[in-house]
Amino acid sequence: MKKIVIHPITRIEGHLKVEVMVDNSEIKDASISGTMFRGIEVILKGRDPRDAVLLTQRICGVCPEPHAIASVTAVEDYAGLTDKIPENGILLRNLIAGTRTIADHILHFYILSGLDYIDPARVIEYSSNDRDINTLKYFLEQGYSSPFLPRDDIDYRFDTRTTGALVSHYLKALDIYRKAQQAATLFGGKWPHDAAIVAGGVSGKLTVDKITEFIWRIEEIIDFVKNYYLPDVIALTKTYNDYLGIGKGCCNLLAYDSSYKIKSSDGNYSDVLFKGGLVNDINNYSELDTSSITEDVTHSWYNDSEPLHPADGKTKPAPNKEDGYSWIKSPRYNGKVYEVGPIASILTTYLCKKDSGIKKIVDDTLSEIGENISSFYSVAGRHLARALSASIIADELLKWAMQLKAGDPAAVEYDSSTAGGDGNGNGVGLCSAPRGALGHWLNVKEGRISNYQIITPTAWNASPKDKDMQPGPYEQALIGLKIKESDCPIEILRVIRSFDPCTACAVHMVTPGGDLIGKYRVI
Amino acid sequence: MDNKKIQTISIINIQGQNCTGCVTSTICSEYPSIKNVLLQDIIPGFKLEFIFHPNIMTASGKLAMEILEKSAEKKGYILIIDGAIPADNNGIYCTTGEKDGKKSTILGETLALSPDAMLVIALGTCASFGGIASANPNPTGAKSVGEILLANNIKTPLVNIPGCPPHPDWLFGTIEEILTKGLENLELDDFKRPKIYYGKLIHENCPNRAYFDEGKFAKKFGDEGCLYELGCKGPITYADCPSRQWNGRANWAIGSGAPCSGCTSPEFPDLLGDFYERIIDVEVPANEKKVNEKIKIEEKNK
Repeated sequence: MKKIVIHPITRIEGHLKVEVMVDNSEIKDASISGTMFRGIEVILKGRDPRDAVLLTQRICGVCPEPHAIASVTAVEDYAGLTDKIPENGILLRNLIAGTRTIADHILHFYILSGLDYIDPARVIEYSSNDRDINTLKYFLEQGYSSPFLPRDDIDYRFDTRTTGALVSHYLKALDIYRKAQQAATLFGGKWPHDAAIVAGGVSGKLTVDKITEFIWRIEEIIDFVKNYYLPDVIALTKTYNDYLGIGKGCCNLLAYDSSYKIKSSDGNYSDVLFKGGLVNDINNYSELDTSSITEDVTHSWYNDSEPLHPADGKTKPAPNKEDGYSWIKSPRYNGKVYEVGPIASILTTYLCKKDSGIKKIVDDTLSEIGENISSFYSVAGRHLARALSASIIADELLKWAMQLKAGDPAAVEYDSSTAGGDGNGNGVGLCSAPRGALGHWLNVKEGRISNYQIITPTAWNASPKDKDMQPGPYEQALIGLKIKESDCPIEILRVIRSFDPCTACAVHMVTPGGDLIGKYRVI
Repeated sequence: MDNKKIQTISIINIQGQNCTGCVTSTICSEYPSIKNVLLQDIIPGFKLEFIFHPNIMTASGKLAMEILEKSAEKKGYILIIDGAIPADNNGIYCTTGEKDGKKSTILGETLALSPDAMLVIALGTCASFGGIASANPNPTGAKSVGEILLANNIKTPLVNIPGCPPHPDWLFGTIEEILTKGLENLELDDFKRPKIYYGKLIHENCPNRAYFDEGKFAKKFGDEGCLYELGCKGPITYADCPSRQWNGRANWAIGSGAPCSGCTSPEFPDLLGDFYERIIDVEVPANEKKVNEKIKIEEKNK
């Protein structure tokens, strides 16, 4: 057997290493390693609960908005404000998170994953009136090629004409990403790390001109999702058809209810866009009970303990631990391995809300590519689920914007002297982030954070093996994969990137134990 | 354009304990756009070449490590580092790559690449001052780039571009300034921040300044008035956000009715107090007496 190590995995968020054992061009074993540790949760200890909303966004600069949503939900749960958030506050959070999620998916498909399938160097043979393409051509003709070249051997399959179109969309995606973030910033305050999501709602005054400006800005983004992004992903599933069968993974899915709240028939925002739950063996849906979630550290660089519920998490870093190979812990549900992500949100919603419009969108897309739902469990299927998720959110943005009421409040007051009654209590914030199920668990004592635990989507997906030697979802998706042997087989990278790794998210979490902090206040 | 007249400056961007927010901020640069920066001359006659950038380069693994080694041989590049550098345990808390079984760390890369750079740019508050990663109790011994260079006697010029995240203009504007006027003419403050962007307090140019001066303070979010009592750190934070604004001038923190969190400061996030509590015992320019008196009266009346 031969060992192949790929480190760094580029074009992802953060620091990730993959190590595989290969026999006769087939992967027999895989180990995924998150290689950077900060320990964000410990810095939250001793702080004002409201500060978690700003600090946890700094876990990840690619997807800060779900951390803002999950933490603000946990803080409001603790403070007893959950049912008091004004309609404008709910809608603005939908709009900020929805728009930024779409931007994130576009960034992932084109800028992060795109170069696995699209060869920008080929535009040199392509003639076009497209200004972006000609700029790139001129760049290449002058002899420049970084950061696109050099590269390893990649089986690029699109013809010259399609490649030209896709490269043009790659370049356009950079503009769309910026414009989408600008639109969301009208309400969020700045990108990345929104300022306006605060305990109690969304800060600031809502005016008609801002709502109108948002609607006009978002139109171009919706157009890109519908007429570029989704069709391009569908083209990928056709040209790289074998990738609908590659990288299957563990075939168990887990999703929390999305934070996108929808007005139900009783006039309250009690419905959600994507319904949470579990899917086992391709298509068996069941409800989720978060008390069954534990984290295992058998192969993580932390001192051993029994698997614990996140609210009880207490481990110490042990960078030289013999059995350890990752800073990521292993979240498990009832001791089993689960994959999270848009694929989970799409399928839990598809399987449990039979009347949903989402079912139609999914069915129409599957019939266009001539596949059934089992094909979602694959490299191309994950890209497809992500694009469908963007498209479903895009369909809601204008509706939400039209429900905003200029002049009405967007926040209720958070009174730190009465929050949590005597200043002691707990809060939970769950949501469906761009990369999947995200949970924040908060404990407060005497008005300050006493414990904070986070389980991110990439912790689920990039987790190492657990005490029962069950490999994590990335690892399972790699085991059995046929590769063309080289220093850096593209098949491996395509599998890994299909999950949209975010390792700063995955490795933040851990409390190195001890009571290291008392108070922060110096002034 | 004649290629011969174009001066190419190599950029190597390595990443420590980051969140990639410095990158998602800079790729949202408006003018120049990131397309302009990657493919065209950043200013006429000067082209940046992104030889190594983990988030955009095609290559991974061994080839990526080779690219890094080769580009280092050329010397005279600009080295951009985002994220803090964990120094405990020989830098084991952030390994960045592996070649022929040998692991590299961000600490090792910083020490190897800094001496031959013409300039090191510490991008973001983590790289500039330690930031979030080095927040109390600093579990990994995270340090700023400046601390690492100083401790290892590396004399390469350093510019800090703090901000959580930094504004794209602060990065590209600084590079443009250096290319146009020369590094020796770039004015830096005591914290090695370019004065053109970090020379004034947020408070000095804040559109809410008039409210502050008349003592009109917002008590809750959505109220009209200065955000001082809601925890705004503008009075002690140096940056040009009020005039520059964010994301193509779409908005900025204070514009969205939220307090400034002081993210460009060396003290961020530990020493500024709670984000949503009023700063205490701080010298605020102008009318401070009036404001403090007003606050005292209010507290008495409570």
